[in-house]
Amino acid sequence: MSKNKRHMGLKAKTTLGNTIIYIILTLMSIIWLIPFVCIVFESFRLENTGQVGYLIPEKWGFDNYKVLFTGDADKTVQFMTWYKNTFIIALVSSIIHTFIVLCTSYTLSRMRFKARRPLMNIMLILGMFPGFITMIVLYTVLSKIGFTGEGSVPGLILVYTASAAMGYYVSKGFFDTVPRSLDEAARVDGATRAQVLFRITLPMAKPIVIYQILTAFMAPWGDFIFAKYITHGTSAGMTVAVGMQNLITKSNTSAHYTHFCAAGVVVAIPITILFMFLQKYYVEGVTGGAVKG
Amino acid sequence: MKRLTTSEYIRLPWFKKILYKIGCFFVAFGLYFARFGSTIAHGVTVFFKGVGRELSDIVTTFVKGSWITRVSYVIMGFGNIVRGQIMRGLLFLVFEAVFISYMITTGFGWIAKMKTLGTEASRQVYDPVLDVYVSEAADNSFFILLYGLLSIIFCIAFIWAWRENVRQNRISEELLKRGKKLQSASRDLKELVDEKFYKTLLALPMAGIVIFMVLPIVFMIFIAFTNYDAQHNGYSVLFQWVGLENFKNLFSDASGTNLGYTFTHILGWTLVWAFFATFTNYFLGIVVAMMINKKGIKLKKMWRGILVLTIAIPQFVSLMYVSKLFSKNGLINGFLMRLGVIDWPIEFWENSTYARILVILINIWIGIPYLMLIATGILMNIPADLYESARIDGANSFQQFRKITLPYMLFVTGPYLLTSFIGNINNFNVIYLLTSGGAVTNPKYTVMGTSASDTDLLITWLFNITTGSTTNYKLAAVIAIMIFVVVSLISVIAYNAMPSNKNEEDFQ
Repeated sequence: MSKNKRHMGLKAKTTLGNTIIYIILTLMSIIWLIPFVCIVFESFRLENTGQVGYLIPEKWGFDNYKVLFTGDADKTVQFMTWYKNTFIIALVSSIIHTFIVLCTSYTLSRMRFKARRPLMNIMLILGMFPGFITMIVLYTVLSKIGFTGEGSVPGLILVYTASAAMGYYVSKGFFDTVPRSLDEAARVDGATRAQVLFRITLPMAKPIVIYQILTAFMAPWGDFIFAKYITHGTSAGMTVAVGMQNLITKSNTSAHYTHFCAAGVVVAIPITILFMFLQKYYVEGVTGGAVKG
Repeated sequence: MKRLTTSEYIRLPWFKKILYKIGCFFVAFGLYFARFGSTIAHGVTVFFKGVGRELSDIVTTFVKGSWITRVSYVIMGFGNIVRGQIMRGLLFLVFEAVFISYMITTGFGWIAKMKTLGTEASRQVYDPVLDVYVSEAADNSFFILLYGLLSIIFCIAFIWAWRENVRQNRISEELLKRGKKLQSASRDLKELVDEKFYKTLLALPMAGIVIFMVLPIVFMIFIAFTNYDAQHNGYSVLFQWVGLENFKNLFSDASGTNLGYTFTHILGWTLVWAFFATFTNYFLGIVVAMMINKKGIKLKKMWRGILVLTIAIPQFVSLMYVSKLFSKNGLINGFLMRLGVIDWPIEFWENSTYARILVILINIWIGIPYLMLIATGILMNIPADLYESARIDGANSFQQFRKITLPYMLFVTGPYLLTSFIGNINNFNVIYLLTSGGAVTNPKYTVMGTSASDTDLLITWLFNITTGSTTNYKLAAVIAIMIFVVVSLISVIAYNAMPSNKNEEDFQ
C-alpha cells in the first residue's frame, strides 16, 4: 500500500514538474517571438508613420515597403543603397576574411617555427585593446584617400578584413582536432606543405570554412561602431544598420518609424533563410568554439 | 596561512569554510603577483642577454670574416651577390637603397620634428590674386606623429634586415669553408611552399595586423601622452607632449576636469554590467537547456528551433526594435496605459535605474539562445551514470545540478566565460543601440565639454568622445589604455584560476 502510494507520488511529481516546464517554455517562446510578431504588424500600418500605443493597425497596406524600394521625398530613406552597400561589403569581406583566418589558423595549428608562440601572445595582447581605438588614426588616413562618407564601402571592407587574423581561435581549434598523422603520412610520400594543405586538410575542413564564411558574412550586417563612424552621416555611404538607426533618431522617428519596421522585416528574411540552411555549421562552430576557448 | 587537508576542511563550520576560501584566494593572489614580478625580471634578463649575444656575434663575424663579409657591413647584399646568391643580394641592396634615400629626403625630418610635434601652426593668409583666405602650409602635429612613427618602424625593419644580412654572410662563409654549396634561388622559392610555407601563409595576415592594429595602437598610446583634442586639433593649434598629465587627471579631480569621478563611476558600472550580463546569461542558458533536454519533455526540436530562430534575425534589428518598444510612446507603455495599470508613461530609458535593469534583462533575452546552444552540446556529454549514482545516493535535482552539472560546465566552458566577460566589458551594440535613443546624460559626468549617461560603458563613452561634436582624442586614448589594463588584469587572474588551463599540445 505504502509502496504504491509512494510510486503514485513520484509520478505525480514528475507530471507536475513537466507541466511547470511546459508552462515556462511556452511563456518563453511567447516572450522571444512577440517582438518579431509586433514588428511585422507595425510594418503594415498606414495611418501613422510614427509610434502609436497599439499593435493592430487600423489601415493595412504595403506602402511602408514601397517606400523602401522607391525612396522618400526628403531622401532620408535610401534603403536600396544601404542594402547594396552592405551586401557588397559582406560578400567581399567574407571571402577575404575567411581566406586570412584559414591561413593563420592552419599555420598556427600545424607548423612549428620560432616566432609561433610570440605571435600568438602578441595577438592575444592586441586583442585586449578595444578595436575601435584604431579608428583615431585610421579614420583620418581613410578620409585622406576618400574611403569614408560616400566612399565608405572599400573603407569598411578594409577595416573588417585587415585584422581578421586576430579571430583565428575557433578554426585553430578545429584544425587541432584533425589528426596530424595524416599530414605526416603525406609528407613521407613526398608532398610539400602546400600540397598537404590544399589536397588533404582543406577538403576535410568544409564545416569550419562554411562557419567562417557565414559569420564573416553576417558581421557587417550587425556591426555598428565602425560603420557609424566611417559613414559619418552620409546617407549614400551608410550600411543597413547605420541607415536604419538613422530612421529612429529623435528627429526622424515620427516620420519614419514604420519604414524602420518594414526595413527590419526585409533585412531579417534573407539572413534568416540563409542561417536556417547553414544552421548545422553555425551550431558546430559556436559549440566547438566555446569548448576549445 | 596553514593549508588544510580535505578531511580537515570538510569538518569546518560553513562560515570558516568561506573564510578559508577567501584566505586561499588572497594567498594565491599574492603568489601570483610575486610570480608575475619574477617573470618580468626573467624576461628583461633574457632580452638583454639576447642583445648582448647578437652584438658579440656581429663583432666576431666582422673580425673573423673575409673582406667580402666586411664590405657587406656597409653595402648590404654584397656578400650574397659575390658568392652567387644574386636574388637575395639584390633584395638586400634595393632595400638599403630605398631606406637611405627615404631617410635622407624625408624620414629624418619627421623623426626630428617628433620631439616638438611641430612649431608652426597653419595661419589663414590672404591671397590677393585669388581673393580668398588660404591656409599657409605649416606643421601638422597629427601627421608629424604618424610619419615619425612610420619612419621609426622603417628604421627597425632596416636594422633587422642588416642583422640578417650579416648573419647570412657568416653562414655562407662557414658553408663554403666546409666545401658545401650555397642554396640556389629556385630552392629558396621552393622552400616557401614547403618547409617555410608558414612565411607565405602568414605574410598577408600579419601585414594586415601590423598596419591596421599594431600601428594604430602604438599611435594611440603616443596620443595618450599629448594634449590632442578639439582645442588642439593639430593644424590650427598644434598639440604637444604633456607627459603623464592625462593619467594624473584620471586619478585626481584636482585639475577641475571631473575626469576622475566620471571615469571611476563609469568603470564601476561597466564591471557591474559585465558581471550580470555574463552570469545571468550563463546560468539561465544552462537552466533553459536542461529544461528542454529533460526526459519526458516533448517537442524538443520545436522549443530549440524557436530560440535559434531569434539568433538568425540580425541583432541590431531586434535591439533597436526592443529599444523602441520600451520608449515613452512605445507599445509597452501604450499597452499598460490601456490596461489602466499606469496613468502616465514610464520613462524606461530616461530613468537611469530602470534603464540599467532593463539593459540587463534585454541582454538576457538576446543571450539565452546562444547559451542554450552551447550548453545543450556540453550537457549531452556528461556521463549519464553520474546522475544515476547520484540519484541512488538520494541527491535531489538541485543537488545534482550543483554538484555535477555546474562543475562540469564550469570546467569545460571556463575559457568561454572569460571571453564573454571581456566581450561584455566592450559590448557596444547592446548598450548603444538600446539606450542611445532615450538616455539622459548625467550632469555629473561632464568632462571637458563631453558628457555621458548612467548606462554608458567605457566603450560607448569612448565612442561618444571620439565621434561627438566635441572630440577629445587624448581622453579616448587614455580610456582605451585603461580598458586594456582592466581586461588584461581580469584575463590574467581568471586564466590562472581556471581548471581547464592545460597545455594546448595535450589535445593534438
